[in-house]
Amino acid sequence: MLVVASLLVYGSLYLTPGGPLSFLVGNRSASPEVIASITAQYHLDDPFVVRYFAWMSDVLHGDLGRSLVYREAVTDLIASRLLTTFLLVSYATALIIVVGVGAGVVSAIRGGWAGRLVSTGSILFLATPAFVLGVVLILVFANGLGWFPVFGPGEGVIGRLWHLTLPAIALAMASAAYLARITRSAMVGELGREHVETAVSRGISQRSIIRRHVLRNASIPIVTVIGLTIGGLVAASVVVENVFALDGLGSLLVRAILQRDFAVVQAVVLLLVIVFVVVNLIVDLLYTVLDPRISLGGDS
Amino acid sequence: MTAVAEAGAPTGRNVASRALTVLGVGGTVALVILVVMLLSAVLAPWLAPYDPNYPDLMASLQGPSAAHPLGTDALGRDLLSRLMFGGRTTLLGPLLVIVVSTFVGCCLAFTASWRGGLTDAVISRLIEVLFSIPSIVFALVAVAVLGVGLLPVVAGLIIAYTPYVARVMRGAALRERRLPYISAVWIQGRSGISITARQLVPNLRPLIVAQAVSALGFAVVDVAAVSFLGLGVQPPTPDWGLMVKSGLDSALRGQPTEVIVASLAIVLFVGAVTVVGDRLGRGVTGR
Repeated sequence: MLVVASLLVYGSLYLTPGGPLSFLVGNRSASPEVIASITAQYHLDDPFVVRYFAWMSDVLHGDLGRSLVYREAVTDLIASRLLTTFLLVSYATALIIVVGVGAGVVSAIRGGWAGRLVSTGSILFLATPAFVLGVVLILVFANGLGWFPVFGPGEGVIGRLWHLTLPAIALAMASAAYLARITRSAMVGELGREHVETAVSRGISQRSIIRRHVLRNASIPIVTVIGLTIGGLVAASVVVENVFALDGLGSLLVRAILQRDFAVVQAVVLLLVIVFVVVNLIVDLLYTVLDPRISLGGDS
Repeated sequence: MTAVAEAGAPTGRNVASRALTVLGVGGTVALVILVVMLLSAVLAPWLAPYDPNYPDLMASLQGPSAAHPLGTDALGRDLLSRLMFGGRTTLLGPLLVIVVSTFVGCCLAFTASWRGGLTDAVISRLIEVLFSIPSIVFALVAVAVLGVGLLPVVAGLIIAYTPYVARVMRGAALRERRLPYISAVWIQGRSGISITARQLVPNLRPLIVAQAVSALGFAVVDVAAVSFLGLGVQPPTPDWGLMVKSGLDSALRGQPTEVIVASLAIVLFVGAVTVVGDRLGRGVTGR
């Protein structure tokens, strides 16, 4: 899977009109030495398969090439920005799980106006793209009320988290809304089942029934959605980082695309795909923990 | 819109009651919102009060007034006109994405489910691999390769959305194939293509439509996000995503109208699409 994805990422370079060399040089005026060095760096004189394997083995050795714009190793460029993106995505993930599952559980148990509030809220937040929410948050809470800083990464651990709060909310809310809906419908389905009725009639406390019988059984769809969401969050953070001018992988990627810095584009895209695939793999492994009836390698 | 077209009833009252039963009250309201927004985008050249690109620096950053119902942006361009014309670029791209990816996805799905064996294995593998890449990444790679603009974004998103359609439709087509009526026409000696066109597609049409409507919401969000990043439609072309971006600057300078109307337009459209898609989907599973 990853091999094919990496082939796609690498091969896309060759789809550009004018071939890879004109693409890599882009609009920059290139001296013969620059062209020679690019040719050598990308092994442009070799056949495609050889080039691909050379690139792949470089990648596996931790060498992602050099940026044409920054004149720096891509690995260093990425490493210095990885932390921001990692913090942002982790923060957003925590918010998604707490808000999404919390709202879903509350609306499933309470029904009534709480249920209606959650379902209306979830439609609203599902319909709000992350960048729109980000802009609204900046204008209301940072610019208007002044509770949060507007742009930038912040200093120290607390400062960093403080600066990341609005971006994380912007990144999280749509997914949290979706998770709330999934949680609610999964729980409503479980609440009506016989073993839950039995537990109620035996006089087991509601809190314990919800935790041990309902939530545990409803956890498979919940975990699936959480997994899919986290994989997608890393890609969605591209947009949010740009809204809040955070110097993470996403702003690096967008700048690299605009400057046609292909080594950087390839590396970041490959990283996004790897994260997405790995997170999905972890989710598959989690299934067996949550539901012992599911066996790995079994027929799906 | 689709439900109305589907009903194909002769009288207006009939259409309305059909829409009400399929969509419910909320869904019908959402449908009306969609139709109004689409119409005002399509008819923008005739309805819009101003040229959307005509700058009037004397009237920049005004609030709503009689002359400019929604006010003006930083260059003094009329916001109502820009919103209406912006709907054209903002919605045309996603519509293209959905139409093409639904068509290609259905073709792949029906071929896979009908041929089975190696064909199915290859197509399913392809779907799985494309699935492993988030949709916005496709759009960004397409822009990196082909340059900024609406068409590269649309091309990238078509590749991203096709596997979603193909996966849903393949499963549905496989279920449908096992039903006896398909065997009945198969025994009559009709070809696979003819059965697909005359039996499978009409029977799966509600699902195809529901799937396409739900996907439209995601496509609008993706396309708008890419234009917000400055990688899609380029200024001065009016576009909702771009208006949110330029509106942020105006709002930081004290005039939030542009960002408010552009954001509302996006949220309202995507929300209405989601509600309609939900209701249509519920109707399908209820069958």
